Amino acid sequence: MDVSRAQVPLGRVHVIVERCKQCNFCIDYCPTSVLEYSPDTNAKGYHFPVVSQGKETACVNCRFCDLICPELAIYTTEVEAEQTA
Amino acid sequence: MPEVGARFVQMEDELASMAAIIGASAAGARSFTATSGPGFTLMMENVGLAAMMELPCVVANVQRASPSTGLPTMVGQSDMLQARWGSHGDYGIIAYSPSSPQECFDLTVRAFNAADQYRVPVFVLMDEVVGHMTERVVIPDADAIPFRPRKGPRHAPSERPFLSYAADADLVPPIAHAGEGYKVHMTGLTHDERGYPAMNADAHEVLVNRLVDKIRLNADDIELHEELFLDDAETVVVAFGCTARSAKHAVDEARDEGLSCGMLRPITIWPFPERRIRELIEAGKVKRFVVPEINLGQMRREIERLTSLPILRLNNPGGQMPRPDAILELIRS
Amino acid sequence: MTTHEHIRETTANIHPIDKLLRADRLPHILCAGCGIGTVIHGYAHAIAASGIEEDRHVCVSGIGCSGRAAGYVNVDSYHATHGRALPFALGIAVHRPELVVTVISGDGDLTAIGGNHLIHAARRNANINVICINNFNYGMTGGQVGPTTPVGAKGTTAPTGSAEAPFNLPYLAKATGAVFVARWTILHVRELQDAILRSMQKPGFCFTEVLAPCPTSFGSANQLGPGVHEVEIYRQRCVVDNGNPRLEGLDIDLIDENKPITVGNFVDVERAAFGEQGR
Repeated sequence: MDVSRAQVPLGRVHVIVERCKQCNFCIDYCPTSVLEYSPDTNAKGYHFPVVSQGKETACVNCRFCDLICPELAIYTTEVEAEQTA
Repeated sequence: MPEVGARFVQMEDELASMAAIIGASAAGARSFTATSGPGFTLMMENVGLAAMMELPCVVANVQRASPSTGLPTMVGQSDMLQARWGSHGDYGIIAYSPSSPQECFDLTVRAFNAADQYRVPVFVLMDEVVGHMTERVVIPDADAIPFRPRKGPRHAPSERPFLSYAADADLVPPIAHAGEGYKVHMTGLTHDERGYPAMNADAHEVLVNRLVDKIRLNADDIELHEELFLDDAETVVVAFGCTARSAKHAVDEARDEGLSCGMLRPITIWPFPERRIRELIEAGKVKRFVVPEINLGQMRREIERLTSLPILRLNNPGGQMPRPDAILELIRS
Repeated sequence: MTTHEHIRETTANIHPIDKLLRADRLPHILCAGCGIGTVIHGYAHAIAASGIEEDRHVCVSGIGCSGRAAGYVNVDSYHATHGRALPFALGIAVHRPELVVTVISGDGDLTAIGGNHLIHAARRNANINVICINNFNYGMTGGQVGPTTPVGAKGTTAPTGSAEAPFNLPYLAKATGAVFVARWTILHVRELQDAILRSMQKPGFCFTEVLAPCPTSFGSANQLGPGVHEVEIYRQRCVVDNGNPRLEGLDIDLIDENKPITVGNFVDVERAAFGEQGR
């Protein structure tokens, strides 16, 4: 593998705020620790995930937060794909 | 069964048999299972599911002497009320009660058509004597057998969401089956027209009333009975299943003796032919009823709630048919 | 690579997999930290990955929290009576063999009240995929212990700890005839999705056990904390052992920190599925 040419994808996090129940799965198990709780709450009173300060380019679009979310409240997309699309 | 394009599955128990025929019905099959007494009780849980999901199916119950294991392979008519009220809650069903092998065939055909027409579980409520009887049966050619297909969706799946429980004027909704593309949802929970759970008393009232009314309000179309000499009868014998065979013999002999009697044989034991019985009572000719049955008075209760006229009863809890001479004695009395 | 200084989260209204869910019914009724939603999510992804048209997928559930799964997936779906999802599913599978029938239900529904149907569906190798969500108790009714509650684990009906030996579900499924047997947890999202996908593509009776937290009932009775703490137990103690290990030893002990929890795709064998030989 030519490491100099390998590219790490850059991901964007999308949150469906009203579905979140604050279970912590996405925050605890993000491999690059991108997420933290928003100080705000949704209509049911749950704090939903947001990208942490300083982690704006840390998401690699691995989709783990999406796949483990029991509420279908979060997913990621690849930023490059967005631009070329 | 494969020779006629059908499938047979030997299930592990009656809970499974009943669930499997409901599942098969959800996939579009005309489905059937058969049992006796205790097995019918085991099926009752899912009879409620079939009623609630409105999935047509047919169950033959060859009644034995009961309760519990009772007298297996010996006659009873002990499940008349279980057939109507066996599962918890209010719902409508249809039950045919044949009194000959030919009727076992004809009424089973009718049961499939009625199940599909009204989207209900339908019972063929035999008794052991009729179930084990040997008589000539005429089975017509397949294309001469009446076939009433289920009422299906009237729009393509792509047009709009299909409402599995939006009933027509006859109170019966069209049905879409698994694999047809309509993405139905069916549940035993109280549900709305889409089939989605609706956990409130208002939705429950609408749904349960319709489940009862689609049989209650269509009862005149569903109900079947046979009558003998009812125009002038002062004594009316009401009997179903094998008991009606003894009753008919007794009525014929009584007429030969010049006694004013007749017979009414419910063929649909549910809905019970109460409209005809009310007519007879209102006509004023009838002075009393004679009710022989192989239980301790299940059908008598149905007649008691229609009239204050005397009801002479002839009951045994199972194991033997009422003898014609015992019925004749009551008619003479 | 393009550089992006500040990629914040964006707010969305729908999820890309929503078309396979009855999204108008979300958020679902399941508790915060419950793992059942993750399994429903994985099932939807497996449908998308299967290449089999949505119209050929059917989902059947029984009763209980996991039994609500059928109500959230946008395929033909049936919410049957307690324990009877399997015979109901069998009726569908027998009449329409071209349909891919998946039963999603809980450990209590499938192995207690439905236990007889489970062993017979496996024995006859019915063409059904089972996703058994095991949260070690009856969650919906208040945390009673059941046939999967580990020895010593507490429940409302065993306040000093369950004294009964639980089922080892992969062992049971294999012994009774399942042709595919797996156990994963809701943390193993990709492995779980692959196991469901394999079940969809394989004829015969396929059984996947999924360990899932129930913080409201089982978690609170056993001081496990919020759901994510039970998931952390899985992370620390799960050992992947694909292939065919000695399934007799796969009992789960959530209390003893030294005992591994073995997960994997354990069995994948060929045997004529029910109906293939004609009847």
